[in-house]
Amino acid sequence: MNVTLLKSQSKQIENTQTTHIEKQFVYKTTDLNLWYGSTHALKNINLDLHENEVTAIIGPSGCGKSTYIKTLNRMIEMVPGVKTSGEIQYRGRNILDKSYGVEDLRTQVGMVFQKPNPFPKSIYENIAYGPKIHGIKNKKVLDEIVEKSLRGAAIWDEVKDRLKENAYGLSGGQQQRLCIARCLAIEPDVILMDEPTSALDPISTLKVEELIQELKNDFSIIIVTHNMQQAARISDRTAFFLSGEVVEYRDTTTIFSNPTDKRTEDYISGRFG
Amino acid sequence: MPRGNDKEYSVQQMIIEKRLKKKNHFNFEKLIPGLLLLTAVLSVLTTIGIVFTLIFETFIFFDRVSIIEFLTNKKWYPFSATNASFGIMPLVVGTLKITGIAAIVAVPIGLATAIYLSEYASEKARRVIKPILEVLAGIPTIVYGFFALTFVTPILKQMIPSLETFNALSPGIVVGIMITPMVASLSEDAMSSVPRSIREGAFALGATKLETTIKVILPAAVSGITASVVLALSRAIGETMIVSVAGGSTPNASFDVTSSIQTMTAYIVQVSTGDAGYQTTIYYSIYAVGMTLFLFTLFMNLFAQFITRKFKEEY
Repeated sequence: MNVTLLKSQSKQIENTQTTHIEKQFVYKTTDLNLWYGSTHALKNINLDLHENEVTAIIGPSGCGKSTYIKTLNRMIEMVPGVKTSGEIQYRGRNILDKSYGVEDLRTQVGMVFQKPNPFPKSIYENIAYGPKIHGIKNKKVLDEIVEKSLRGAAIWDEVKDRLKENAYGLSGGQQQRLCIARCLAIEPDVILMDEPTSALDPISTLKVEELIQELKNDFSIIIVTHNMQQAARISDRTAFFLSGEVVEYRDTTTIFSNPTDKRTEDYISGRFG
Repeated sequence: MPRGNDKEYSVQQMIIEKRLKKKNHFNFEKLIPGLLLLTAVLSVLTTIGIVFTLIFETFIFFDRVSIIEFLTNKKWYPFSATNASFGIMPLVVGTLKITGIAAIVAVPIGLATAIYLSEYASEKARRVIKPILEVLAGIPTIVYGFFALTFVTPILKQMIPSLETFNALSPGIVVGIMITPMVASLSEDAMSSVPRSIREGAFALGATKLETTIKVILPAAVSGITASVVLALSRAIGETMIVSVAGGSTPNASFDVTSSIQTMTAYIVQVSTGDAGYQTTIYYSIYAVGMTLFLFTLFMNLFAQFITRKFKEEY
């Protein structure tokens, strides 16, 4: 009796371990190529992104880092004349396959943009919008989601007395944290951040960076940044992009202390870019 | 830069010389604000002049016909020799019927067109459709008038046998067609000016195109859309030729749309083109009707401004 129980327990542990291994990567990119018309913007990208980590993507302007992150939730499709080849597996399914519903993908993969882009609505409505379009109508549930999301984005104390006010009355840094809260409201799996602090002052930047550190416990975060210090401060792994290629991808401490590629070394030591 | 030789001037020297020449000349720059002010004042003065003429002649009319009769009497028989009565109600109802029908036609079609053009149409489709809409807005209203009378009315008659030859329905629909491009074009401008980043924010949450349009773009553009609708309806209120040609000339206070009507504008046309003597009561009555019309459109414009300010969503 006891033995069988133990056996079944050990089997369970095994099961959770295997699922854990499967879940280690959120994204597996295989031979991804992307063209804007005739411009070859991404060249043979192979990149596996880890679960519950912060992955930073760095590189000079025009290296394809924003293009890559926008491919991960297929926002890139909004640009006319984009063609792709290769595969991006998200949790084991190829998202570049046309049969993958783009709305399904984006409810799993949230995004925070370069410039804060709250809706011209109240703070409350900004957060409630996502859950509402996905069918959550109950006022009490929505109230809870709004509070939880705003707390999650560390902005609750600043806005709790003015939830009905227009979001554009907030400062730039607050707007960006509101956008992060809006993203949290639908409880995504991954959060993509496209230079989220480039339009913010240093203090707001610090707050957002601290927030990212906390969020990584619950979410996988992929962040594009042109700020190398930021990448060094907040990320677990860093990928260095140059002219549409991945030059180097390893854990952040190694890439910054001991880069193997000469181009990476030149870039992080500030010789170009 | 120092001078190389005697023939070569430095740019600075050339500029200094030109400036010296300019100073000796008469300075146009100082005159420009004055000239511009003059043109601005001119149009303001014209407007004030028109309003004063209206008010002045309207007062003479109200010396002869009491304002209470004008507002409360439900009959408009100005040409009756023995028993003339001047109750504005039938003309107002005529105008409201036309405006209402026009709104029912123009608001949904215009808005749907605007949504298509701003959110769904490809650049190519937009390039074809927008100019066509603008051509539609440029057709002379008299053409619309006989289009209503000779084309729309016969078709409607087949569907509604009791429809009179002159009626409110046909010109109402055609006025609606006339103002649709205005609603579409101005609403499209309002929707297109909502920043792309806001659309991206909604798409990134997994919203479909329709959900983005209805719940984010339309509310964000509501002030511009309202302004376009009110502006278009002001045009419907003031529309003259279509209703004169196809609406008839029977002042009628009922809300039946199948019978002949007369609008405020059509009455003014009737008197202006007829042989009402100068300084007769009928002559002065067109000023009173004109004044009413003016108050209507003024109110509409104020209403539009109020709505625009109240619902303004900043972005």
